[in-house]
Amino acid sequence: MQVSSEQLLAIEQIVNKYRDFSGAAIPILQEIQNQLGYVSPQFIDKVSELTEIPASELYGIVTFYSQFRLEPIGEHHIQICHGTACHLAGADKIIEAFESSTGTKCGATSKDGKFTLDKVACIGCCSLAPVISVNGKIYGRMTAEKAQKLVREL
Amino acid sequence: MANKQYTIKVGLASCGIAAGAQQVYDEFLSKLSQQEAALDAALILTGCLGMCYCEPLVEVSTKGHERYLYGNVAPEDVELIINQHLFGGEPVKELLVYAPNLDPEMDRYMEKQVRIALQNCGVVNPEDIASYMAAGGYQGLQKALRLGSEGVIAELKASGLRGRGGAGFPTHLKWSLTRQAPGSVKYVICNADEGDPGAFMDRSILESDPHSVIEGMLIAGYAIGAGKGYIYCRAEYPLAIKRLKLAIEQAKAHKLLGESIMDSGFAFTLEIREGAGAFVCGEETALIMSVEGKRGMPRFRPPYPSEKGLFDAPTSINNVETLANVPRILQCGAAEYSKYGTEKSKGTKVFALAGKVRRGGLVEIPMGMTINEIVFDIGGGISTGKPFKAIQTGGPSGGCIPASLGDTPVDYESLDRIGAIMGSGGLLVMDEDTCMVDVAKYFLTFARGESCGKCSFCRIGSEKMLEILERITQGRGTEEDVALIKNLGEAVKTGSMCGLGQTMPNPVLTTLKYFANEYQAHIAEEYCPAKQCKALISYVIDAELCRGCSLCERACPANAISGELRKPYTIDPEICIRCGLCTSTCRFDAIHVESKPKSSTVMEVAQ
Repeated sequence: MQVSSEQLLAIEQIVNKYRDFSGAAIPILQEIQNQLGYVSPQFIDKVSELTEIPASELYGIVTFYSQFRLEPIGEHHIQICHGTACHLAGADKIIEAFESSTGTKCGATSKDGKFTLDKVACIGCCSLAPVISVNGKIYGRMTAEKAQKLVREL
Repeated sequence: MANKQYTIKVGLASCGIAAGAQQVYDEFLSKLSQQEAALDAALILTGCLGMCYCEPLVEVSTKGHERYLYGNVAPEDVELIINQHLFGGEPVKELLVYAPNLDPEMDRYMEKQVRIALQNCGVVNPEDIASYMAAGGYQGLQKALRLGSEGVIAELKASGLRGRGGAGFPTHLKWSLTRQAPGSVKYVICNADEGDPGAFMDRSILESDPHSVIEGMLIAGYAIGAGKGYIYCRAEYPLAIKRLKLAIEQAKAHKLLGESIMDSGFAFTLEIREGAGAFVCGEETALIMSVEGKRGMPRFRPPYPSEKGLFDAPTSINNVETLANVPRILQCGAAEYSKYGTEKSKGTKVFALAGKVRRGGLVEIPMGMTINEIVFDIGGGISTGKPFKAIQTGGPSGGCIPASLGDTPVDYESLDRIGAIMGSGGLLVMDEDTCMVDVAKYFLTFARGESCGKCSFCRIGSEKMLEILERITQGRGTEEDVALIKNLGEAVKTGSMCGLGQTMPNPVLTTLKYFANEYQAHIAEEYCPAKQCKALISYVIDAELCRGCSLCERACPANAISGELRKPYTIDPEICIRCGLCTSTCRFDAIHVESKPKSSTVMEVAQ
């Protein structure tokens, strides 16, 4: 994947913003992901060029922290909470329901690019367990049935 | 605000918003603006009121400070509340969850709790500094500046406050070590990287009362001689970050951050750093690495951060709840604070009560209260009506405590004695349907995924322990496995450098200690008493209850169900993937889960 001129411009602006900032690597990568949706190896090379931080170090950061993704995300981002309360409330069943109805696995994007499924540690709405979030909107007290219905409607 | 006849508060923290509180707030806003002339009422957005189990929550209070709490409020209810309560003076009984003399059980829920760290949560408007100041905000800082740095540390010492992040290290000691460490540049870090699955204390405090944390950091900075602070907050908490940013801007505008704060000559600035999703960054040396922009790998201590921390300068790292307590201690005095708690564990502790409990939510209790009081008097008992089995505190680092030890007081020493830990405040309640082997496997799976990989005991030991648990939950465990996993657990504890590895075996070791029978059932009988472990259960359709509606057949993703309409259906256990979709679609409760001890099946065959 080539870096487009718009992407390049965005990366340059972000790097410039953090010129005199100590410990800037993570905030730079976070802002790139916020704006461009992901941090590809090509983006990493560009950041390395501009900041003189070794690409290996940046790659190390991107693969260490679960927030970063190396590939673009699907049209709908479904995050399934797997915190303790959700686990006790049957989060595994919710995961299976989403996997079977979207045809993709947790951590991956469906072939048509429509759904990205992610299992996340804890959304923090334990009293509404099991909880999921679709494109940032939280849905509580999920059931396998509700999950299938939600996917049909998306 | 106080001179209005009615004040209406809508709880707009993450849980509330997830349950639909924003729509309720908007509905009040539009309805009240139509009635502006006729009605003497103020509408305020507030944070977490604590009773997450019945969100969205709306509080109506009168000029005379009478409180009426409405739960599970839908936008359609707003008009009724306005007409009947605000205009008619008659509270809407069917929606009330708490009101003066309504329900002795709810009175007990309130009376048992002591709100210090949560004093302003669900009370003030977290997006308005004036609201915080009207509640006594920044008076703690004022007092601190009068007392002088040494005076502040002495006050903290007298209060007995210990770190609320889990380890319970005395806060005054951390501060005085950092203060005494040589160096002109020092830092304060607020650890808001709340990574324990099932814990939401810090998030709620930051979303509901960000100024208390900022004030606590200012006091810490003043006491140790730091000019700069960082708040390291999980990126998964966007609302907390948004409100913190707003609070920082407002504090700057009021000259409470920046140069010469309150004309004292003390200067302090604050910056937010967003965590990028790594549980290990809750460990202080890993957190420092992350703020420095690196991979969050823990390093060996000593030197402790108080000596050599962020950018090699002396640094005090305190947890959100600890910092939220600080302004209140200074404001009310150490003596008032240390009235609560036990001899060695002073004050209160906030818990995120969740799991199979009726009244889940955010609670604050004086240290020393027993587990049973928390689960039953405050939590209202088990939500499913089934027997209470255990609680789990401290998340992946903590332990499971059986119901038989329900009389144990919750303080650092007592919990430590029974092999559990206080932790940062996650408190999960479990009923009979919870499989303890599965719980141990769950936490270990989490901790293994979060191991940074530096220490081989943590990296490989967790993997091996998990393999054993996997075997046991599949009914393939052996008698030797129990001794093996115990050994491994002890080795991982002693062979790991940081808290993550040192505590990761706790869920396994405590369940082995208190629920040995359950492990035995899985191993010797290939039987899961809680009917949770997939390999040991089967789904069965009760032919007497089944009406042959075919709903389950259509829902089954594996095509394991077959039958003829209006006749009992059957499930092919060979094809069934045990996802449970059929049970949740069945309208006649005809599908149930079975798990049988091996010996009983053998007997059945023999008969």
